[in-house]
Amino acid sequence: MNQDLWNQIFGFANYGELLALVKNSIIAGAILGIVGGLIGPFVMTRDLAFAVHGISELSFAGASAALLFGVNVVAGSIGGSLLAALLIGILGAKARERNSIIAVLMPFGLGLGILFLALYKGRSANKFGLLTGQIVSVDNPQLTMLIAISVVVIIALFFVWRPLSFASVDADVARAKGLPVTTISIVFMILLGLATAVSIQVVGALLVLSLLVTPAAAAMRVTASPFLTPLLSVLFAVTSVVGGILLALGGGLPISPYVTTISFLIYLVCRVIGARKERRGDSGRLVSAGLPKVRIEA
Amino acid sequence: MVLITTDKDPVAADTETPVLSLRAATLSFGGRELWHNLNLDVQPGEFLAVLGPNGTGKTSLLKTILGQQKLTSGSIEFLGHPVGRGSKKIGYIPQQKLLEQGTPLRARDLVAFGVNGNRWGLPISSKAVRKRVDDILESVGATDYANVPVSTLSGGEQQRIRVGQSIAGDPQLLLCDEPLLSLDLHHQRQVSELIDEQRKALGTAVVFVTHDVNPILGMVDRVLYLAGGRFRVGTPDEVLRSEVLSYMYDTPVEVIRSRGRIVVLGAPEGYGVHDHLEHHVVAGVGR
Repeated sequence: MNQDLWNQIFGFANYGELLALVKNSIIAGAILGIVGGLIGPFVMTRDLAFAVHGISELSFAGASAALLFGVNVVAGSIGGSLLAALLIGILGAKARERNSIIAVLMPFGLGLGILFLALYKGRSANKFGLLTGQIVSVDNPQLTMLIAISVVVIIALFFVWRPLSFASVDADVARAKGLPVTTISIVFMILLGLATAVSIQVVGALLVLSLLVTPAAAAMRVTASPFLTPLLSVLFAVTSVVGGILLALGGGLPISPYVTTISFLIYLVCRVIGARKERRGDSGRLVSAGLPKVRIEA
Repeated sequence: MVLITTDKDPVAADTETPVLSLRAATLSFGGRELWHNLNLDVQPGEFLAVLGPNGTGKTSLLKTILGQQKLTSGSIEFLGHPVGRGSKKIGYIPQQKLLEQGTPLRARDLVAFGVNGNRWGLPISSKAVRKRVDDILESVGATDYANVPVSTLSGGEQQRIRVGQSIAGDPQLLLCDEPLLSLDLHHQRQVSELIDEQRKALGTAVVFVTHDVNPILGMVDRVLYLAGGRFRVGTPDEVLRSEVLSYMYDTPVEVIRSRGRIVVLGAPEGYGVHDHLEHHVVAGVGR
């Protein structure tokens, strides 16, 4: 392999000095990993993976508008995210409606974003960063804002966790028990909008799924425990982000390919483990029940 | 011939507050009346079966009790108060719906939702809650698969867990929406016996929506039969008779009792033939 290319992808010259420079980014990356890892299992059980993608495109439009008009990019990104999340949450209660709304919103958002970027005369790295991630170039005030939002999302998630899980997997019964299922779902969309907006700062609008969906999908291949799933999902997301930042450091390339690759490899490993577990018939059943099981499919 | 009039409620003399009370309740959709002037009291520990073909408002009745559907006129009270949007004191067994493969939820977690799913915060259960969940799993015979992902359980197993979940909050009213659908006879009997045991042990009132009364015939105190925009309330012997159903369907119908089972012959849309009926009813609403 071409040595230059190799060094560009995995360069470790002056690594110590570089590390000191990006210490804040690593902390921010870890916190964003926690957000993505925690919210991911809910994205999966509520079947919102496509919605995440749609939200991120509108978030991209918001961020590029902010870039063009010279206002805070994180704020612009959050504005676009929340708007998309609320539209999807309010208009798309049913999965089919939701998918069509997302499919309508997504190209519109992406188109607007491209328009704003085309009009923007500043550094081109800023433009590219919105699509593919730029945490290393995020300045300190923005970094503080990202961390603050992440902390708010984490605390809010912890507060609504149990009713949110109940409403996510078992909405009819949750509603019968008197839970405000619709309100919970709107609250969740707001949290998802915020999480998407902060994740965009790390991996960019195009690759947000690798932080909000892949770690949770990987965790769900190996466990069905409602405790282990978020724990593993957080572990996977943090490993991907921090690992990605560390690997990307030397070469001067965007971090997103590293993040997405680590996250993808973890998923592959989990799939293999999950398939083996299934083949062994290791479902956690104590003994097979004595009575013959007749299963009638509807 | 004894036609059961709606205001003569065999248990109404009881001075206890009824668990459920409907007065002159009417529900209509777009000009079509599902039921009109329904008066009904359900007492603690009573087992009420709601029968009738599809499209006659059986599930809508449950939705009304759960506050998800407003009456067109009349009133409905749960434990002496107008119904709210659901209640912790109501247990609910939905139609069997297999959970999505890969859902991060074990059988015990579904039951735990029945105990404390309403509480805010992280899903960390106290020792007492875990003990309660274990006891319930044992009482519905699901200990063996307590830690198995719900989505991998068979239909019968899932419905057992559902019964466990519904009784976990010690409800005063148990609403069952076709809980036996798509179960084989063996599991139909097991699941309905579990429900019956629960109401006997704790005096829970049961409202059991079904298209087929036979699996629960031995447990039912009263029947609410909905058909053709009419309804009848009474014991199974009072309501499930040829002359009563002939009047409701407005056509000769024969009710045959054979070896403890009830078969209805000649009902216009067929008894238990839902899809056809649904079709028929929808088509008949002046599209």
